[in-house]
Amino acid sequence: MPDPHTPPHRPGTSGQPDVVLRVEDLVITTTGPSPRRLVDGLSFALAAGETLCIVGESGSGKSLTSFAIMGLLPPDALKVHSGRIVLEGRNLLELSQAELRKLRAVRMSMVFQEPMTSLNPVQRVGDQIAEVIHLHEPGCSKADSRARVLKMLEDVGLPDPPRIHASYPHELSGGQRQRIMIAMALILEPRLLIADEPTTALDVTTQKQILSLIKDLQRARGTSVIFVTHDFGVVADIADRILVMRRGELIETGTRDAILSRPANDYTRALIASVPSIHPPARAPHAGQTLLTMRNLSKTYDLGGLLSKRRQVHALKGVSLDIARDEVVGIVGESGSGKSTLARSIIGLIEPSGGEILLDGQALAGRCARRGIIEKRRIQIVFQDPFRSLNPRARIGESLTEGLRNAGVDPAEARQRVIRMLSLVGLDAEVLDRYPHQFSGGQRQRLCLARAIVMEPDILIADESVSALDVLVQEQVLELLMDIKRRTHVAIIFITHDLRVAAQISDRIIVMQHGRIVEMGDPVAVISHPQQDYTRELIGSAPGLHWDFKNFRAYA
Amino acid sequence: MSVSILSKIRESGILAGWATRLALLILLLIALMATFAPWLGTVDPTLLDPSIRLQGPSAEHWLGTDALGRDLYSRIVYGARVSFVVGFGVLAVTAVFGVFFGSVSGYFPAADAVIMRVMDGIMAIPGILLAIALVAVSGASLMTVLIAIAIPEIPRMTRLVRGVILSVRSEPYVEAALTLGTPTHTILIKHMFPNTFAPLIVQGTYVFASAVLLEAILSFLGAGIPPEIPSWGNIVAEGRKFFQLVPGPVLYPGLFLSITILSINLLGDALRDALDPKLAARL
Repeated sequence: MPDPHTPPHRPGTSGQPDVVLRVEDLVITTTGPSPRRLVDGLSFALAAGETLCIVGESGSGKSLTSFAIMGLLPPDALKVHSGRIVLEGRNLLELSQAELRKLRAVRMSMVFQEPMTSLNPVQRVGDQIAEVIHLHEPGCSKADSRARVLKMLEDVGLPDPPRIHASYPHELSGGQRQRIMIAMALILEPRLLIADEPTTALDVTTQKQILSLIKDLQRARGTSVIFVTHDFGVVADIADRILVMRRGELIETGTRDAILSRPANDYTRALIASVPSIHPPARAPHAGQTLLTMRNLSKTYDLGGLLSKRRQVHALKGVSLDIARDEVVGIVGESGSGKSTLARSIIGLIEPSGGEILLDGQALAGRCARRGIIEKRRIQIVFQDPFRSLNPRARIGESLTEGLRNAGVDPAEARQRVIRMLSLVGLDAEVLDRYPHQFSGGQRQRLCLARAIVMEPDILIADESVSALDVLVQEQVLELLMDIKRRTHVAIIFITHDLRVAAQISDRIIVMQHGRIVEMGDPVAVISHPQQDYTRELIGSAPGLHWDFKNFRAYA
Repeated sequence: MSVSILSKIRESGILAGWATRLALLILLLIALMATFAPWLGTVDPTLLDPSIRLQGPSAEHWLGTDALGRDLYSRIVYGARVSFVVGFGVLAVTAVFGVFFGSVSGYFPAADAVIMRVMDGIMAIPGILLAIALVAVSGASLMTVLIAIAIPEIPRMTRLVRGVILSVRSEPYVEAALTLGTPTHTILIKHMFPNTFAPLIVQGTYVFASAVLLEAILSFLGAGIPPEIPSWGNIVAEGRKFFQLVPGPVLYPGLFLSITILSINLLGDALRDALDPKLAARL
């Protein structure tokens, strides 16, 4: 029976597989009077040139593991309680800070999630990369290091390396910054690269480029990669082996195909099965009376003041759209596409610069403060961030009854209606007396849903409402949303960047780019036979397209 | 609100450091001293007897007498009252106006430009000079001095409140309240104000300290409260002439002044460290 903890023997190599990193019984605890185990007995090994994907939900300990390997755990809060981390034969946990520093960037490197906060904003990026060289090779001349940096910039696929060398981080796009981070990490050719969710903050098209860049560099230099992620699509595309973690424990590990097609553990099965399929289910075409009409909606921001050039940002350019009763409209697009601007214009948080919005034929005022109370009730919204959507100082009961009380409903009656609504979202009446911080992200999102639905709206806007949730919780909240729709016949405008989610729940998909609607239609048509180039590109960039997660196999 | 803040302060352990505990103890003692002045072995602080002037400490006059033969100890104890009244008074005035102008400024962009320019104007004038000018214009009394000290402090409070309001304005829960039809005044009071309590408390301690010091300075310069009412500042002012003969009238009030302000600042620092965003988020 092959030991799942060691990598499989590679054909063509002699003898033992070349193990770069071996983690043995790693235990990470909090410091302080009553230590909690955040990582409990983790063991795995990583071979040369291999990509290991560590997957798990939030709180699984996957990021902590990567920090522990690099020696970056915050000493006043966390510590390694026991275990060994052996990099190329040396136990990292026995080394001093000075010795660890010599290894960082030279033998092991890390790339983080947010490139903007990982780069020094007041130093040119070329100098930042050169700094890595000078720290470890003080004898290297300026001319030599500049040449090496320029070569590295070229290797990471950046156009016009001399110009990029002289740029500051804020002058580059998110994808370019992440390439700079990768350049910094790989310039001294370490054997191990740890990537902690490096593409989570990037658009899906950029993500595809960065993932293939990492793959190319890895193949060229023989680097081993540990890739921490929660996205199974990414895992299906890039992993050689997978390691599943949950609440600090190793759940399962094995080759990519073994885990994705024959997961032994129930938790792993549930995780994989909860990834929505990119192929939408067959649907009867939706027939319904038009409820909301947007005609030629546009929004322009005038930016720039005394010290910078005046420029205009066209967030929305002449968007026209009809939403019918009881319809689910999925609006997909990358950042800057205008989908959030559209949602916020509908609800009245943003005043459009041009065009109009008609509800049942009646024009709506731009700002929601100027709309009538009845109109306000009919459109409701659930936001993206469950941790900031509820007033942290108000009890749940107060927050959830606020809308009804504003509409003149008697407080006791409002409370009763909210209690009825809570059972719909699967929560007890006792939550009314608690505070938001006592609930998890998924529970808070249900509470926000209840707050919106108790107003009995005709249209519910879900602005990336499940994007910040773990994949299992996301599945539950989506099911809940569909259940509510079936019972109350509310129309849903679902804004998301995740094509899979949009494919599964929408009656109609709308693709937006640069403030315009690029393509619109039945989900099966849009996804299987996209008409526009951009749509094709968007669908093609979605990771894990070739894998049918729900059925644990590849598509034929 | 007050219950949850106090219990959070207790839980957070800011009162754990010995310096903070000492500071709190000192302030409590001085406050008690001010409150129970008549019963602490004092005599009438305005009672003059030039025949016993400029004496050193004795059994009858524990800290000696000043240039007009008044008991120094009693004057210092009663002087604490002035300091605390001025401190709290200025705090109250600054807080009320600061919150009002800060909220209006933070929430209504049109008003923001006007109010901020006025505040900039006030801040451009050195606080002490402004206070002296105001006292000169309206005569010296406790009330006038209080207002004169408060006015230069208002812009700082306003900016603080404005900053909090601006940052909270874009929070999703405020937007949610808007979409649920909550009127503007309710949004300000229910959703925005509670975020200002923590920074206000911290800034408040610094305003208190500043007010005590400013009052002493004004009295020292002769532009403060009338000299019959003992204030640490004017005791020092009168004692200045005879400092080489009898250092008491300068040293002892100065000592009390320094310790009081140091304690207030220490407390303010401890509160600021404890009520940092992580804790303030849960307040």
